[in-house]
Amino acid sequence: MSDTTLTPKRTRTIAGIPFLGEAILIAVVIGAYFLFPYNLAFLTRILIMVLLVLSLDLVLGFAGIATLGQAAMYGTGAYAAGLFAVHVTGAPLPGLVVGAVAGAALAFLSGLVLMRAKGLTLIMLTIAVASICHEIANKARDVTGGADGLRGIRMEPVAGLFEFDFIGKTAYWYVFVVVFVVFLLLKRLANAPLGQSLRGIHESPERMAAIGAPVYRRLVLAYTLGGGIAGLAGALAAQVTQLVSLEVYSFNLSAEALIMLILGGTGRLYGAIIGTVIFMTVHHVAAAADPFNWLFLIGLMVLGVVFFLPKGLAHLPTALTRLVRGRT
Amino acid sequence: MTQATGLRVRGLNKNFGGLTVAQDINLDLPPGARTALIGPNGAGKTTFSNLITGILTPSAGEITLNGHDLRALNEAQRVKAGVAKTFQITTLFRDLTVRQNLRLAQQERDGRAQSWFRRADSWPEAEDEIDAQLAAFRLSDMGDKRVDDLAYGQQRLVEMAMTLMLKPRVLILDEPAAGVPSSDSHLITDAIERLPDDLAVLIIEHDMKLVFQVARSIVVLVNGAILTQGTPDEIAANQQVRDLYLGGHHD
Repeated sequence: MSDTTLTPKRTRTIAGIPFLGEAILIAVVIGAYFLFPYNLAFLTRILIMVLLVLSLDLVLGFAGIATLGQAAMYGTGAYAAGLFAVHVTGAPLPGLVVGAVAGAALAFLSGLVLMRAKGLTLIMLTIAVASICHEIANKARDVTGGADGLRGIRMEPVAGLFEFDFIGKTAYWYVFVVVFVVFLLLKRLANAPLGQSLRGIHESPERMAAIGAPVYRRLVLAYTLGGGIAGLAGALAAQVTQLVSLEVYSFNLSAEALIMLILGGTGRLYGAIIGTVIFMTVHHVAAAADPFNWLFLIGLMVLGVVFFLPKGLAHLPTALTRLVRGRT
Repeated sequence: MTQATGLRVRGLNKNFGGLTVAQDINLDLPPGARTALIGPNGAGKTTFSNLITGILTPSAGEITLNGHDLRALNEAQRVKAGVAKTFQITTLFRDLTVRQNLRLAQQERDGRAQSWFRRADSWPEAEDEIDAQLAAFRLSDMGDKRVDDLAYGQQRLVEMAMTLMLKPRVLILDEPAAGVPSSDSHLITDAIERLPDDLAVLIIEHDMKLVFQVARSIVVLVNGAILTQGTPDEIAANQQVRDLYLGGHHD
């Protein structure tokens, strides 16, 4: 079924080969590096976006928390890491920790209120949190640089060894390693009791409460973890681009992340990756060809997926197999 | 913990504004009880169940389990204290397998639901326990099927098996046979008859055949208050109950 489904007493693999998914992932990342050596900045942006969409997958795909405000945690992570680099140290790894902690802290504090709401109310509140963050960053000009953005971020070499270079080779590998580690951890989580219980809450909060699960507390936990990962993505963006603008809090970012996730398939980690890569690539190519109407193509794609592959593109192989076997 | 008096309900009241949905209810469910709660639609049977499980807060009255006050506990905490229930309409994780459903209850009971690194199915004793539970409910062949792919009667059994994974002391079955085709209702009756001896069971049910088959004591609820209670024979002979269920004009 999906990569988050447990098959009892057997390690879930793709086509029966252990770690095939991971191997393909690494192969694609290495291949892209050699195929598009002049697009490393764009490829790095895709990787950062993958991380943000993975965080959304944890929150929305696993735990079923409807949100359109994941940018709040992303942006807070970005500003935290940016300010840390400007005022404390330019060492990237401590900056990552700061970004993740900042994202998690915001998610925890707002989650205490948000996780009591459901459905549309919840969506509106998540949007509100991101808007409030946006406005604070806008007004606190002395700290954040306001609409001009936070400047003066100077990064030191990663772990004191790898200097950030002009083409972005270091940035690419640095970001990939972080994203890959988070991906592996999320994969563990998906099949662990916690991941399963989040899926349970997603399917039936009433039933979870009736088997004694502290649903609210666990939702706050999931939202906090997702916030930490989103903060990490923001921190990476701040470090790699060495600039934080108000855009990090934009509604657009939250919404696009959601579209990428739906495109790929919610609740599936590979879905988050596939959706992001396809969305960003189509965006990149189509926007270059026709800067005004590229959204049309994206819209068409989303429509197609929603109608024909409601479980997302990650479900395509299963859907095709069923088609070939003549089942529906 | 010392005295196993089971569940004791005293003077339970619940009002929604001026509407009284539970009125001075007294009920004892000692270990091993097989008590049926019957009554016409709207008599407050499900309300009573919700008051016991913590979904609703009583306006007045006491609820204790083996001497421990349950009133301050929320739904999840009451489950931990030993009060579990099945829903009137089967409520399961439909997209998950039967085994996964049971495992979710089990991991909550054992307090490892927050563990995030080890695979959920990597506790061998726990998996053995699930196997045993599946066998006890004659669901061994269904373990790896999705709940959604099962017949409704079987889903009912899964819900019971799952709820029993919690090792409750009091089990509330809210219309366990509702929606189950009569050809399958013996599955439910059998399962209820095989429940552990020391478990206190409250069965809320419309199906009188089932009630008289499994209950050793019957409580009749009308308009939120207990009309009468007694053994199945006493209830069957009670004229008030006969009027209620058969209508006055039948004799």
